[in-house]
Amino acid sequence: MPTSEQNEFSHGSVGVVQTQVVRFESFTLEGGETITPLEIAYETYGTLNEKKDNAILVCHALSGDAHAAGFHEGDKRPGYWDYYIGPGKAFDTNRYFIISSNVIGGCKGSSGPLTINGKNGKPFQSTFPFVSIGDMVGAQEKLISSFGIHKLFAVAGGSMGGMQALQWSVAYPDRLKNCIVMASSSEHSAQQIAFNEVGRQAILSDPNWNQGLYTQENRPSKGLALARMMGHITYLSDEMMREKFGRKPPKGNIQSTDFAVGSYLIYQGESFVDRFDANSYIYVTKALDHFSLGTGKELTKVLSKVRCRFLVVAYTSDWLYPPYQSEEIVKSLEVNAVPVSFVELNNPAGHDSFLLPSEQQDSILRDFLSSTDEGVFL
Amino acid sequence: MNIHTNEALGLDLKNRPDISYIANLIKPGERVLDLGCGYGELMLILKNKGVRVQGIEKDDKCIIQCVKKSLYVHHGDIDDGLKHHLDHSFDFVILNQTIQQTLNPGEIIKECLRIGKQVIIVFPNFSHWQIRSSILLSGKTPVTDLMPFHWYDTPNLHYLSGQDFEDFCDFERIKVLHRAFFNRTRQIKLFPNLFATLALFVIRA
Repeated sequence: MPTSEQNEFSHGSVGVVQTQVVRFESFTLEGGETITPLEIAYETYGTLNEKKDNAILVCHALSGDAHAAGFHEGDKRPGYWDYYIGPGKAFDTNRYFIISSNVIGGCKGSSGPLTINGKNGKPFQSTFPFVSIGDMVGAQEKLISSFGIHKLFAVAGGSMGGMQALQWSVAYPDRLKNCIVMASSSEHSAQQIAFNEVGRQAILSDPNWNQGLYTQENRPSKGLALARMMGHITYLSDEMMREKFGRKPPKGNIQSTDFAVGSYLIYQGESFVDRFDANSYIYVTKALDHFSLGTGKELTKVLSKVRCRFLVVAYTSDWLYPPYQSEEIVKSLEVNAVPVSFVELNNPAGHDSFLLPSEQQDSILRDFLSSTDEGVFL
Repeated sequence: MNIHTNEALGLDLKNRPDISYIANLIKPGERVLDLGCGYGELMLILKNKGVRVQGIEKDDKCIIQCVKKSLYVHHGDIDDGLKHHLDHSFDFVILNQTIQQTLNPGEIIKECLRIGKQVIIVFPNFSHWQIRSSILLSGKTPVTDLMPFHWYDTPNLHYLSGQDFEDFCDFERIKVLHRAFFNRTRQIKLFPNLFATLALFVIRA
């Protein structure tokens, strides 16, 4: 249970939660390969109602997992979206049944490179088949069907989670009522691919890489830490870094770095290595880079099949997924006469803004979800 | 946007003659784009009538209020935000006390005529007698109910009268389908360019 240390989070907490794993016999990927069995790690918060029409699927970003809200036994920090999920919060667990699953290809309990290959009893590692955003969504579809849910009240996510939400709206147009896409894009730009490529190359150049067939004792930790450091820079903003670090010297490791921002990034990189797998980093960033619903007219054509309402949120300070990419999605939806609200929030925290507490974001998520618009489809 | 004036006036929009005039023009099921929709008061009236309405607004506080009202809004600037809309994709495009705040009204009106089958334009009438006499007597830029700003803090970039707009439509060969003039409480039919505070035009290409 939350203790006094977690005061800032303890209001409206879903309390202690556990990650569960559901197993399906098999799952065929878009690339044609079959995963046997398919395992999906997930958590749920709130209660599914009798009509099974109050479920919200929450999709996580690159390094996220199924733990979106509440506390794991003994944990001091809650799930990554605890500001927004809980009783009385924007994703109100008194009203909605929230499902959060770990993506396949990831390393937090769903089928991915760390899964044991039944044929040789060893982890797949880099022999795991390529996984797309479409596959991640396909696996989520199996998960929600296993609850007997036909139509989700909403699918929501930021960054990679936003791509999954968008993919839901075109892959299963009749199975969601609302779609919330935050700090996201319909496809990666060359700049976004470039950042990911540097991250992957850092992993590939680690002496322990061994074509992805490394042992857990000799992991490409330095490479993965570098990838995370690179990524972390893109998640923040100039303003936020200036405020938080300025040109201050580091407190501890003056031997390895001269500036506080450097020591912060080193810390972020090192702690990431303890909770993430290098192969998964490569699989998931590749899934991101390959995802493409197009832009302009192509995107408009792809989005012509969507049947849900949309909320698209961008952040002025997000230089990794700049607001123009969100607006691209919005314009294509508008041309298709899809009901869509678009807001660009002036939160200074950069790409990570969608994860942080913001009154405006809270109110817009809350109001978008609670305005039950049964009216004409525009 | 028009929010400032509506707030300042504290008016009940439903009872305002210009608003009911607009609401009567548009039929349920028709598709409407409200440019500079503010807090969405007009959109809400139209939506409740069964009109399929969406808006554009640049003030984020307004967007949040619109979402609260279950309205669909695009956070953006009309001056660079209409190109993606297809020709004649809306039955009506509404510029409700917005046009005087845009950078390039002539271009925006043409763009509205492209994407809307009809365009409703409402603006404060700058040739109202009180404005005329205020300039004449005080020699100062007028501050009125509908333009409650000073020269240094106003969002209004352009000042036009009903007659100015007639001339513009003549010159651009734009068809005026309806014209109506109002003050706070009623429609003005006699010498409207002198006695109306608000001018409304319905035009098409």
